[in-house]
Amino acid sequence: MNKDIILKAENISKQYRLGQVGTGTLTHDLNRWWHQVRGKENPYLKIGDTNDRSTKGESDYVWALQDINFEVERGEVLGIIGKNGAGKSTLLKILSKVTAPTTGSIKSRGRIASLLEVGTGFNPELTGRENIFLNGAILGMTKKEITAKLDEIIEFSGCERYIDTPVKRYSSGMTVRLAFAVAAFLEPEILVIDEVLAVGDAEFQKKAIGKMQDISREGGRTVLFVSHNMAAVKSLCTRGVVLENGKVVYSGSIDSSINYYSEIFSQTFINPPKHINYNAKIAILDFCVKNNNDIIKPNTTILLGQKIKIELKILIRDYLDDLSIAIDIINKNGEFMSHLTNEDDGFYMYDLKPNIQKNITIVTSNLLFVPGLYSMNIWFGLSHNESLYEIKNFFSFEIEQSDYSKRTKSLPAHSKVYLPTEWTSV
Amino acid sequence: MDSQENTDNNWLFEITPKNKFFSLNLKEVWQYRDLLLLFVKRDVVTVYKQTVLGPLWYLIQPLFTSITFTIIFNNLAGISTGTVPPFLFNLVGITVWNYFTACLTGTSNTFGANAGIFGKVYFPRLIVPISIVISNLIKFGIQFLIFIAFYIYYYAQGAAISLNAAAALFPLLIVLMGVLGLGMGMFISSLVTKYRDFTYLISFGVQLLMYLSAVMYPMALIKEKIPSYGWLVQYNPLAYVIETARYMLLNVGQISVFGLLYTFTVTVIVFLVGVLIFNKTEKSFIDTV
Repeated sequence: MNKDIILKAENISKQYRLGQVGTGTLTHDLNRWWHQVRGKENPYLKIGDTNDRSTKGESDYVWALQDINFEVERGEVLGIIGKNGAGKSTLLKILSKVTAPTTGSIKSRGRIASLLEVGTGFNPELTGRENIFLNGAILGMTKKEITAKLDEIIEFSGCERYIDTPVKRYSSGMTVRLAFAVAAFLEPEILVIDEVLAVGDAEFQKKAIGKMQDISREGGRTVLFVSHNMAAVKSLCTRGVVLENGKVVYSGSIDSSINYYSEIFSQTFINPPKHINYNAKIAILDFCVKNNNDIIKPNTTILLGQKIKIELKILIRDYLDDLSIAIDIINKNGEFMSHLTNEDDGFYMYDLKPNIQKNITIVTSNLLFVPGLYSMNIWFGLSHNESLYEIKNFFSFEIEQSDYSKRTKSLPAHSKVYLPTEWTSV
Repeated sequence: MDSQENTDNNWLFEITPKNKFFSLNLKEVWQYRDLLLLFVKRDVVTVYKQTVLGPLWYLIQPLFTSITFTIIFNNLAGISTGTVPPFLFNLVGITVWNYFTACLTGTSNTFGANAGIFGKVYFPRLIVPISIVISNLIKFGIQFLIFIAFYIYYYAQGAAISLNAAAALFPLLIVLMGVLGLGMGMFISSLVTKYRDFTYLISFGVQLLMYLSAVMYPMALIKEKIPSYGWLVQYNPLAYVIETARYMLLNVGQISVFGLLYTFTVTVIVFLVGVLIFNKTEKSFIDTV
């Protein structure tokens, strides 16, 4: 019972309005105000669906977060994980006071500083040194604090030579390093970090992760960390919270949270394909995936190094110029492994007349993803811009190790792509 | 025994759906005073970076506007400014008016221009409009220098100009003007987050308002020439500020105690309403902007 709770979220919910803000907003505002004047409840708070982007909801309002409850102990590094659109970023925005929750409250015993996106508030005209002060102040440091740490910040960023040059002359990598350096020397009791590690080169990423480990271990600082990078989450966090469709579906040790998260993903692999028809300009008559000219069913095994052939039969309903197709291959952690488009092969579909049938065949090269579950989404659009049709989980498959790699042990699961090599010696 | 101290009510702060009805949160603004100063510095320093004339642009703008006004309104249209050189007359009006419009247009874009920062990190939002009013005050100070220069020049030439004793209160007048601009700006900035219409309203509304604010003519003149529309100017608090500025610095026109009290009251009301709406908006504007 001797828990030292530093942060407590109670029944946090956040509602967003969908669609465009236009003249309708005024009517809603007036109606809301009128209800308020009469002492009634906000009429738009009642309706609203869970936040599932792929299905069309009933109302214009959705709950991005619903009844989120959690507690964080002092010195804990909490990883918040979830698929895209699960509500992670919304939660962090509320925690960092950027936006207010619709209901509920967050109670805190320490200052919260957020590191939502590095380089916030950098002014391109000012020099690196001036920006350190400006950015530090935006993040809540006083001039005195920054002056005391200035040398350390400059050294950590590795930008000494350019420190008195305007930031607009910096490469993007340098800007990010400088920005991260400022943020790394913040000293709030609670630090909120969102995906910053996705930037910079490998060396800097390593440095950044190391710095964050120092912050949380030695500094005894409480950190809330959101990332898609499961390796980073695993090495940094002590506890995890899994969000799905705006709700906390799991909370526990970081390892079990990551496992739970992977399971959510593998579940979606068994689900049937989900069709989204944007404007009825095309219809999908049939599709199949072949391996050596044999049709293969979803969820079957494909051997490492085999090729697959995707055959699509589509009906053009409306005149289309520059039909484009993109296929995403996703692993069970939701990471995008590959993005294939017709453009890659210099293949274009211009000037398609209505009411004709098109048969399209796509043959991949040897699949070299490491053994595991994979899923494909397919997207049809115009000029890689306007969406026409989409099939989520269009096809899922499992890759199994084959003699394509002659090693006797299995390929390590945390690696992603197998690269065939030739070895010789003289 | 640690948990004994941390009873349920012992929180540093709480994030809740709504702000208190009226809170200036001055304590928090004070904590962020360094940020305020840095914003002011950034605004003043970076405006004319990579320009040849640099801060001279601060001077060129009112100077040329005054010359144009003098040619059009005084030489061409024949508006009389009494014994005061028309150029000086216009320069006072324009310098003071510029300060107001800079405050108004600057603050009215608070949420729009800073959506990027506001969407990522929290600091008291009030810092931004306050920093705009202060950095414009510095610009006003620079522009006021050319007024002083020309004042000395005309004085040496023997023009019939003299300071009024009330000139000692001139800084207060400028503060009043700044607060009015701040209040209106905050009010409008909050509305702009939802209704972009106000952006358009402000860009041309400010121009029209200038003609109703006695910038290029004495207030008495409008009452004399078009009495039926004179009320438009008479109910405009800005007209009193500009008329009073000329009274203080050039000793022309008359000071109206009623007018100043009226202006003061309007300023206080506008400022309070502005803060109120700003507070209400800052919590969730990022969802609608």
